[in-house]
Amino acid sequence: MDIPRHWRLKKQRYALVGEVCEHCDAKLFPPRDICPECGEEAKTLFQFSGKGEVYSYTTVYDAPEGYAEQAPYTLAMVKLAEGPLVTAQLTDLGEQQPAIGMPVEMVTRLLRSATDERGMLIYGYKFRPAVAQAG
Amino acid sequence: MTEQPHTHEPVRLLKPEHPVGIVGYGAYVPRYRLPAREVARVWTDGTAGLPIIEKSVPGLDEDVATMSIEAARNAMARAQISPQELRAVWVGSESHPYAVKPTSTLVAEAIGAVPSTQAADWEFACKAGTEAMVAAMGFVGSGMARYALAIGMDTAQGRPGDALEYTAGAGGAAFVIGPAEESLAEIESSYSFVTDTPDFWRRQYAKYPEHGQRFTGEPAYFKHITSAGQAMLEATGTTPEDYAYVVFHQPNTKFPQRAGAMLGFKPEQIETGLLVPRIGNTYSGAAIIGLTAIFDIAKPGERILLVSFGSGAGSDAMVLRVTDKIAGKPGLAATTEDYIARRTEIDYAAYVRMRGKLEMK
Repeated sequence: MDIPRHWRLKKQRYALVGEVCEHCDAKLFPPRDICPECGEEAKTLFQFSGKGEVYSYTTVYDAPEGYAEQAPYTLAMVKLAEGPLVTAQLTDLGEQQPAIGMPVEMVTRLLRSATDERGMLIYGYKFRPAVAQAG
Repeated sequence: MTEQPHTHEPVRLLKPEHPVGIVGYGAYVPRYRLPAREVARVWTDGTAGLPIIEKSVPGLDEDVATMSIEAARNAMARAQISPQELRAVWVGSESHPYAVKPTSTLVAEAIGAVPSTQAADWEFACKAGTEAMVAAMGFVGSGMARYALAIGMDTAQGRPGDALEYTAGAGGAAFVIGPAEESLAEIESSYSFVTDTPDFWRRQYAKYPEHGQRFTGEPAYFKHITSAGQAMLEATGTTPEDYAYVVFHQPNTKFPQRAGAMLGFKPEQIETGLLVPRIGNTYSGAAIIGLTAIFDIAKPGERILLVSFGSGAGSDAMVLRVTDKIAGKPGLAATTEDYIARRTEIDYAAYVRMRGKLEMK
């Protein structure tokens, strides 16, 4: 089990914490320390808003090991409001059909349980249709 | 059954050194709903009386940690403070994802409150959330901390076919407790009434809880709720007419209605916070998510009486007074009604799958 790997990724996984380039102001996710836009060093942490829209999506019926209990589920490329494209599951679709351009927001969810009931639980970001606010 | 001994000493209210209140609040209810008639269809040929209309059911990727994170984010959005200013993250629940490993550190990490903070999980059946709130009152009111986050959240389970399966729901609320002068509602005082009463329990490693059938009513729920509520009214010199709203722990629709009537409250004072018919019994979240629905529409100057109940057993009563800082707060995050309106009905088969009652290996 990859305990150290999950532990290292917790900030980006739980809360969409990426980086901002001090040189060209590009927002980076996942964080990678070198700005892909201008090639300069980018190490300043940046909290993404979690807002975005569906850029493309697909539905997985034949899920890989560890995800079978959640199948079928929809994977999407989400264009974050701040720019980057992120691949993640869509959740809480209910009877809503996913669609390109659908406004979504980040939620922290259980990605999967480790292979048996004794293992650790792995949490991370997913996206769901934005909750309609009446007010 | 013997009557429990009454104390005739004057009730001593809990009041902090420095006035405290609620600076931000947030609710969470999962999307899925199981109508009570579905449970009755499967287990009683549809003949059972229905204690509620429907209950909320968490999705396959939800648990008390993920739900607490969302309620906490809503509370922080309304508090408008930096998470680094929180000095405590306390989560009350009887369905923590791990037997050993705190939910609270995960929540604190996700909202950016680590590392300089207290973090711990609380357990007292359905009143773990209000117990965390009372502790937060003391923590802030003593001057040790400026802000503390208290959460009550549950994904309750009932044994298939049991009376609890009709009502055991999922949801809860989070509160940022802080100085009264920054609060949307001041918590004027609290009072707790606790005895050892075996009305409901779950042993370690047991998946479903046991309950004392009719014993859960009079000596447990009604005794503790009305004792705490009555003591609070007497000690504060108030009467039911002084309150715009009252909210109780709500295991079903009838119990809080009857407790309210016993204390002299009118149905219209109970109605706003009575969410159990539409989301079920959210255990540690039940009374306090009712409080969030009240905050969503409350006006400055209005008084609220909250009385929780946890089996085992005890009640925490709190008197709150809404301040003019409530203006504009509800719109800073999804309201409780927004979450209740986000609704997808499921049948018993989908429920069995979503609650992990299907053996996959």
